[in-house]
Amino acid sequence: MLDIKNLHAAVEGNAILKGINLTVKPGEVHAIMGPNGSGKSSLASVLAGRESYEVTEGSVDFLGKDLLDMSPEVRAREGLFLAFQYPVEIPGVSNINFLKTAVNEIRAYHGQPPMQAKAFLDMLKSKQKLMEFDANLMNRSLNEGFSGGEKKRNDIFQMAMLEPKLAIMDETDSGLDIDALRIVSAGVNKLRSKDNAFIMITHYQRLLEYIVPDFVHVLYNGRIVKSGTKELALELEEKGYDWLKEDIRLEEPVQ
Amino acid sequence: MSAEQDILQELAGREYEFGFETQIEMDIAAPGLNEDTIRFISAKKQEPEWLLEWRLKGFQLFQKLTMPNWQNFKLPEVDFQGVSYYAAPKNKVKYNSLDEVDPELLRTFEKLGIPLEEQKMLSGVAVDAVFDSISVATTFKAQLHELGIIFCSFGEAVQEYPELVKKYLGTVVPQSDNIYAALNSAVFSDGSFVYIPKGVRCPMELSTYFRINAKNTGQFERTLIIADDSSYVSYLEGCTAPMRDENQLHAAVVELIAMDHAEIKYSTVQNWYPGDKDGKGGIYNFVTKRGICKGKNSKISWTQVETGSAITWKYPGVILQGDNSIGEFYSVAVTANKQVADTGTKMVHIGKNTKSRIISKGISAGHGHNTYRGLVKVGPNATNARNFTQCDSLLIGDRCGAHTFPYIESKNNTAMVEHEATTSKIGEDQVFYLNQRGIDNEQAVNMIVNGYAKEVLNQLPMEFAVEAQKLLSITLEGSVG
Repeated sequence: MLDIKNLHAAVEGNAILKGINLTVKPGEVHAIMGPNGSGKSSLASVLAGRESYEVTEGSVDFLGKDLLDMSPEVRAREGLFLAFQYPVEIPGVSNINFLKTAVNEIRAYHGQPPMQAKAFLDMLKSKQKLMEFDANLMNRSLNEGFSGGEKKRNDIFQMAMLEPKLAIMDETDSGLDIDALRIVSAGVNKLRSKDNAFIMITHYQRLLEYIVPDFVHVLYNGRIVKSGTKELALELEEKGYDWLKEDIRLEEPVQ
Repeated sequence: MSAEQDILQELAGREYEFGFETQIEMDIAAPGLNEDTIRFISAKKQEPEWLLEWRLKGFQLFQKLTMPNWQNFKLPEVDFQGVSYYAAPKNKVKYNSLDEVDPELLRTFEKLGIPLEEQKMLSGVAVDAVFDSISVATTFKAQLHELGIIFCSFGEAVQEYPELVKKYLGTVVPQSDNIYAALNSAVFSDGSFVYIPKGVRCPMELSTYFRINAKNTGQFERTLIIADDSSYVSYLEGCTAPMRDENQLHAAVVELIAMDHAEIKYSTVQNWYPGDKDGKGGIYNFVTKRGICKGKNSKISWTQVETGSAITWKYPGVILQGDNSIGEFYSVAVTANKQVADTGTKMVHIGKNTKSRIISKGISAGHGHNTYRGLVKVGPNATNARNFTQCDSLLIGDRCGAHTFPYIESKNNTAMVEHEATTSKIGEDQVFYLNQRGIDNEQAVNMIVNGYAKEVLNQLPMEFAVEAQKLLSITLEGSVG
């Protein structure tokens, strides 16, 4: 589904990603961990197409198409979803109206007619129930005055509505209290299927207790330095990242 | 460079949809302004002697008054002698029925989306359409007449209801108010007149559509609305003009009078030609609008959506004379390309327990400059006067400007005046967030802008709110690459 090869990217001339290789297949859940500043959120931003990131080398294939060639909205319409680390507030734009526009834009891209109001509301209700999302938040302006946790939950609710093929969750667990974390995780687990995939970016092993990954990768200094199964996350929790840094220093050629 | 930059570049390229000219035989006065011009206009309109005198007094004041110098833009030189002060479609001046109206004129209004033929008037909005200097048709007149409501062109009101016109004309905006008000009172062409009798709630929206068509003419309409005790009226004005290289002057005067327990809601959707992307051409929209809450518990509410004109310069205000009266001002002003807006309101609290509320939303894009200027004045007898002002500015790009000049004068220590102001930029983050959900840049900017202006758009009558929303979209169309 997603095939990242030797991906290099920079922000204002500073190299942030220095040769990422990652393959994600349908049905898989990948966790990406790593210390602060290692490039985790940058990877999410580059995949979603944020303007300020410049890809300097490498390729990304998404469902057989060149992802890097697409504008951000086309990536979204092709089925790539980013749950933001800091979802923004857009005052005066109702959550429902926004979702309806997004759903219909994606449908139009795939040559489908706009959804009828009744069908849309039915879908809204069923997803709301599935994700245990507060109906009051539904009728408010997009994230305006939402708490940090509510914003994250709103993002995950959008994910349920838009039914992406690949969802990248950028530190979705940060700022969530334990109850919210449980609800969000349960929601994500309900959305998992053999046809879609998830990349979860997180600092903490805690999230991975709720959403069990198939693979865990450690990102450090712009590269994936170690990959493993969910046990790797436990090891990291116990030992921190320093031991990995040591390993890498040994591996790196002397300048 | 970034999408944001593209937005700005494209923003300059927006087009004006109503820039066509109607080919029709016109009766146009030679350019120039002197007493004879005024006598000519007055004679053309077969006005009574007192009105001619009044016009001439206005002209004297115009000659004495000087141009203001406090505005936040460079006042362009207006050649008052180069303008024609009267332009009317030839043929009959007064129409008894729509059958007599030149079909070409009717087609123009149809093009503008104002079907005048009554059978098409399903929306239940009574329209008075003013084409250059002449009011073309007023629909629904008969139905309104049954309720005792007068809704007609100003010229007709002068003929049919001279005592009402004489009683109220110039009582809210004195001729000496400012130089453009003086000019208007000297040369005003046509406009609308509304009288709502005691206890009557006007059952439909009243609407006037203004269009400047003839080249090298100014439009100087006058509108006078009187709401008698315990009456209610909602009034909407809209306007367009053809695209021309030279600037055209629009200097209107609007006076509103609300008696005891009466309410007037006045909405404007202004879409005069804004000039091209280099700032060539466009309308100078220098308008004086004021209402007086004369009676107790009366209410006047201004809502304006200003998207057009090269320069918009106006401060629709309310004089809160009656005790417990309420004045409101809701405004969205968009300036793109090289447009300028210096607009806001004046709330003058005279009576006790008077309240005013000001919500102003400025949107600047391209090289546009948007100024909010507002005066809240509380007189010595205005015990417990209350004002709330919220003044927001939204910037699209980094070459536009937003400015705020709030003036507060209070002579009563029980008064409470609040002012809140914010300035924000359409964030790349907001646009990206919407992009990431499958929404393209253009629609993203539309959503953000409409969301921002929602509080004001909600004040408009429903069908016009939709219009205004579309207009905002068109105004910012191509704002994104």
